[in-house]
Amino acid sequence: MTIKAATRATTAIALATGLAFAATADESADLVVNGEIEMVTRTAAPEHTENLDEIISGWVFRSDETQQLQMDDFDNPGMIFVDQGMDQWNEVAGSAEKSCASCHENVEDSMAGVRAVYPKWNEEAGEVRTLAMQINDCRENQMGAEKYGYTSGQMANMEALISVQSRGLPVNVAIDGPVQATWEAGKELYYTRTGQLELSCANCHEDNYGNMIRADHLSQGQINGFPVYRLKNAKLNTAHARFKGCVRDTRAETYKPGSAEFVALELYVASRGNGLSVEAPSVRN
Amino acid sequence: MRLTTTTLAAVALAAGAALANPVTPNDVQFDEYGAIPTSLTGTAGDAENGRNVMITRSKGNCVACHAVSALADVPFHGEVGPSLDGAADRWTEADLRGLVANAKMTFEGTMMPAFYKGTGFVRPGDGYTGKAAEGELPPILTAQEIEDVVAYLMTLKEE
Ligand code: HEC
Ligand code: HEC
Repeated sequence: MTIKAATRATTAIALATGLAFAATADESADLVVNGEIEMVTRTAAPEHTENLDEIISGWVFRSDETQQLQMDDFDNPGMIFVDQGMDQWNEVAGSAEKSCASCHENVEDSMAGVRAVYPKWNEEAGEVRTLAMQINDCRENQMGAEKYGYTSGQMANMEALISVQSRGLPVNVAIDGPVQATWEAGKELYYTRTGQLELSCANCHEDNYGNMIRADHLSQGQINGFPVYRLKNAKLNTAHARFKGCVRDTRAETYKPGSAEFVALELYVASRGNGLSVEAPSVRN
Repeated sequence: MRLTTTTLAAVALAAGAALANPVTPNDVQFDEYGAIPTSLTGTAGDAENGRNVMITRSKGNCVACHAVSALADVPFHGEVGPSLDGAADRWTEADLRGLVANAKMTFEGTMMPAFYKGTGFVRPGDGYTGKAAEGELPPILTAQEIEDVVAYLMTLKEE
């Protein structure tokens, strides 16, 4: 407890001064889930994340109480939705009378490592696919079932179930080859100052992480923990819903969840977190 | 009594005339340092209302980014911008008017939003609805609210 408090204090100082203390780096705020999954919550920034030296999980910025909730699946309210996702996994739906399990069998085996590399290029379709797009492609074209709403509860449940199979693995999204143009477009969006407040993602999450903005402690806006359970609205929230909220807060016209713009932004933001652990479902205030 | 009535009438007249014709956002004249030497309305600012604009989320919400010791009773001050304590010692009224109207004229590329600017936005929205703005966007603060905030900032002296 004391060690933890001391670590926190060091973290706070490091954030406040923008300095990284090499000596304490490996003992800074540890996230170990269920006493066994060791999460990388701070690590060296990938080369393409040019303006950051260190990338930091959103978990690090939350209060002690909120952090605790993510350390044990019995306390994590997001896990209820993973269970619901499991029901959906086994549920026969659509004209082909199939469930996800009909094709993919055991989610633990077939989906291990999947979340860590999404969004990614789909060669047949010739497009960058988010996990949500892939889930809906299966529903529509393999099952003959209705698509889930892009940020719906059912979509969030399914994303959470699939993500849990990659917990602890490093995010490792490809940024070159066929996805490069999309990645560049996402980067452009990240640095564009939108709305009447003329703010970009970078203004808040790159230039000011660690600072308070009114009552909010700004993080780096990483998405390794998505979908996240928020205490504020007591449900799982998808990355595109969060993007929409942040763009709205600049007094701008938002993009639509699932739009080409947000798909590109998701690829870019995910790539900024390459090296952090997949944490979903994480817990936020 | 008589004097007061006359004075009040004169003030009301002046205010009426000024309100009918404040400088529009597109016509604001900044000097080379980003200051605005003349009042936007011709009516003196009301510091008390300026204080209110500074702490109200839908108005200036200045405390979202700035700490102000004189506003210690208002919870949650931000750390994005510098503390505004002693702002009136560092800046003239003209400087402050320029900073509040459009701080980008003083600090190039600053994160601080322009509170009196009409055009030139990327994807302007209708307030905080996330929907597209319809028609021309009114500035975030009115000309008189800018004057009111400047009047409040002029009270922030430490020396
Ligand atoms: C005006 C400031 C502001 C801007 C601009 C902004 N955000 Fe945020 N964002 C916040 C705040 C405040 C939070 C909640 C606290 C936190 O995690 O930083 C947040 C949270 C997030 C989160 C959740 C992080 C987590 O770990 O739960 C993501 C992801 C995110 N933002 C992405 C973005 C992206 C992408 C953009 C640009 C499209 C953006 N934000 C623009 C203020 C902003
Ligand atoms: C989104 C963040 C943000 C908001 C909201 C904001 N400011 Fe600022 N402000 C800044 C930053 C950042 C600076 C520092 C200028 C720079 O170097 O970029 C600044 C600088 C200033 C300064 C000069 C400070 C000094 O003494 O050097 C004044 C005065 C000021 N702001 C007043 C205000 C007022 C009044 C409001 C509300 C009507 C406001 N600000 C709202 C971010 C903000």
